[in-house]
Amino acid sequence: MNKKQKIMLARILAAAALLLILGFVPADGWLRLGLYLVPYLIIGYDILLKAAKGIRNRQVFDENFLMAVATIGAIALALAEGSGDYTEAIAVMLFYQIGEWFQSYAVGKSRRNISELMDIRPDYANIETDGRLTQVDPDEVAVGTVIVVQPGEKVPIDGVVVEGTSTLNTAALTGESLPRDAGAGDEVISGCINMTGLLKIRTTKEFGESTVSKILDLVENASSRKSRSEDFISKFARIYTPAVCGSALVLAVLPPLVRMLGMDLSPDWSTWIYRALTFLVASCPCALVISIPLSFFAGIGGASKAGVLVKGSNYLETLSQTKIVVFDKTGTLTQGVFEVCGIHHSEMENEKLLEYAALAESASSHPISKSLQRAYGKELDRSRVSGIQEISGNGVTAVVDGHTVAAGNDKLMDRLGIPYIPCRSVGTIIHMAVDGDYAGHIVISDVVKPHSKQAIQALRSAGVRQTVMLTGDASKVADHVAAELGIDQVYSQLLPADKVEKVEELLKHKPEKAKLAFVGDGINDAPVLRRADIGIAMGAMGSDAAIEAADVVLMDDDPLKIAKAIKISRKCLGIVYQNIVFAIGIKLICLLLVAVGLANMWLAIFADVGVMILAVLNAIRALFVRNL
Amino acid sequence: MKKTYKIEVDCANCANKMEEAARKTAGVAAATVNFMTLKMIVEFAEGHDPKAVMEQVRKNCKKVEDDCEIYL
Repeated sequence: MNKKQKIMLARILAAAALLLILGFVPADGWLRLGLYLVPYLIIGYDILLKAAKGIRNRQVFDENFLMAVATIGAIALALAEGSGDYTEAIAVMLFYQIGEWFQSYAVGKSRRNISELMDIRPDYANIETDGRLTQVDPDEVAVGTVIVVQPGEKVPIDGVVVEGTSTLNTAALTGESLPRDAGAGDEVISGCINMTGLLKIRTTKEFGESTVSKILDLVENASSRKSRSEDFISKFARIYTPAVCGSALVLAVLPPLVRMLGMDLSPDWSTWIYRALTFLVASCPCALVISIPLSFFAGIGGASKAGVLVKGSNYLETLSQTKIVVFDKTGTLTQGVFEVCGIHHSEMENEKLLEYAALAESASSHPISKSLQRAYGKELDRSRVSGIQEISGNGVTAVVDGHTVAAGNDKLMDRLGIPYIPCRSVGTIIHMAVDGDYAGHIVISDVVKPHSKQAIQALRSAGVRQTVMLTGDASKVADHVAAELGIDQVYSQLLPADKVEKVEELLKHKPEKAKLAFVGDGINDAPVLRRADIGIAMGAMGSDAAIEAADVVLMDDDPLKIAKAIKISRKCLGIVYQNIVFAIGIKLICLLLVAVGLANMWLAIFADVGVMILAVLNAIRALFVRNL
Repeated sequence: MKKTYKIEVDCANCANKMEEAARKTAGVAAATVNFMTLKMIVEFAEGHDPKAVMEQVRKNCKKVEDDCEIYL
């Protein structure tokens, strides 16, 4: 509770106590009014002041005005009728203030909750000077400085480890609880928590450009992009209050006039004025106006906790309507790293063949030769290799340990006139020939991510109707991956520009309401990410381009998170619609009951405050996304 | 040019009113008020001094919602 809230609580308690005591005080006439005005002014003086100021500033129709008119009117009626029942007016003001107090408390609480969720801002960086550690503001650390991160501390700035090994907890960034190992030469990202060992890190970015700053900036500004629901509510509130005031006036004046002039009955002014005042009390739009932005705020907060950063309420809304998901293949559904996954028809030991291949390719920096070297796994002795000849688009020939070795594709074998055994596996095939004889082939292919298949199924059960994969790869490879994962449509052998074209084609043919999401790893997908209804970049830790271009950023590269993001958005939007329907529905019923005289002011204020409290509690539910 | 200001306001509807008032101020190209993070993001029109514009924004906001504050 802050100071304002404490004062308000004291006022509420004081007014309630006074009201109770006054119930036992026998007083009549003006004395009674005077006594009752004390709790009324304690609880409502600020509302009256605000209403007066509103009138002075020509901002007449707001909640304060409604409450002021309703309560003063009720007191005036009680005075005119001589009933002396002032309790009602005070109670209305009291309950209104209780509602406001609760709202302010709940909003403050969820504000704190969410900022705690995103409590990844590092407060300091350690710099070693003359053997002693000094803490400095991370903003002041220049690029290239070596900083020291002790166990238990947050990595404040992106950089490369120069000394030490440790495990890092990335949960705050990715929602992934599995820790990562980091050693000398590894890149580390700010916001991770160093768990075990001391790390010395050479910074590669300024604090403002580091991952943690970017994320905080993104999250803090997220709810500034408003969704259509929020716009609807602000517009609704703008016409609603004047409309209600007008209706109340009509309710106060028209029926008595009709009774008097048309039906020859007594006008019964006080009943109708009372109903009009009750109408004003029941009409406060607070439940709506507070609960919608609060739902979005909680939804975005909950999503960031799960490692899904949504750049605005509008994107959360679009995400919830996603029916078509288009994937980039490499790096999104597959690891994007090539691995040796088979050695066939080898005339010698597989190990030996791999050794020859790795040595022959040792001079190349091509991803294929990298994966051969990785599969071989041992240090390469380059002195064993001589006479390396690269034949572009074919492969290499070299002399290894005195044997001539040729490693390359079909074309190379044709060129050398060596008969080879074609391979049925999918992937890149490297045929090997040693001393002019065919020695077998090695299959290298991109590996599907462990969760990809599950992710496609999860998307389906989350209501996605169509999954499409776009890739620059050969159709054989693409079809194989798509069949394995259960993807509906595949377009292969696409250049980056073709991808944009394909997405535009898909956008043209889809129904208006179904939204299309594109998921990419963000490295060369920026134009497509922008073109789709909603662009999702994954594995974005450290990639600024992706964070800029995408609307939704998945902090790690697990494709299951896509379905999770959609589910979070559905839940949040579900809550938003519940609140809109619930709040407007109850309001309308209440107004109707009041107009026909079935509800009094007590019921009206209970309905108003009750709906608001329920709507706020419902909104906070959007924060809980763990089990989606 | 875009700038972010910290604000103080009690209710969501008042925040909407502040946003409306800020948008109508001369020299403001666009303005959003984020009630949940209590921030006002103002984009200034070409050739206007942010300081002078913000003084006016603050004045206009005070007019629609007396109980608000913009920390300039």
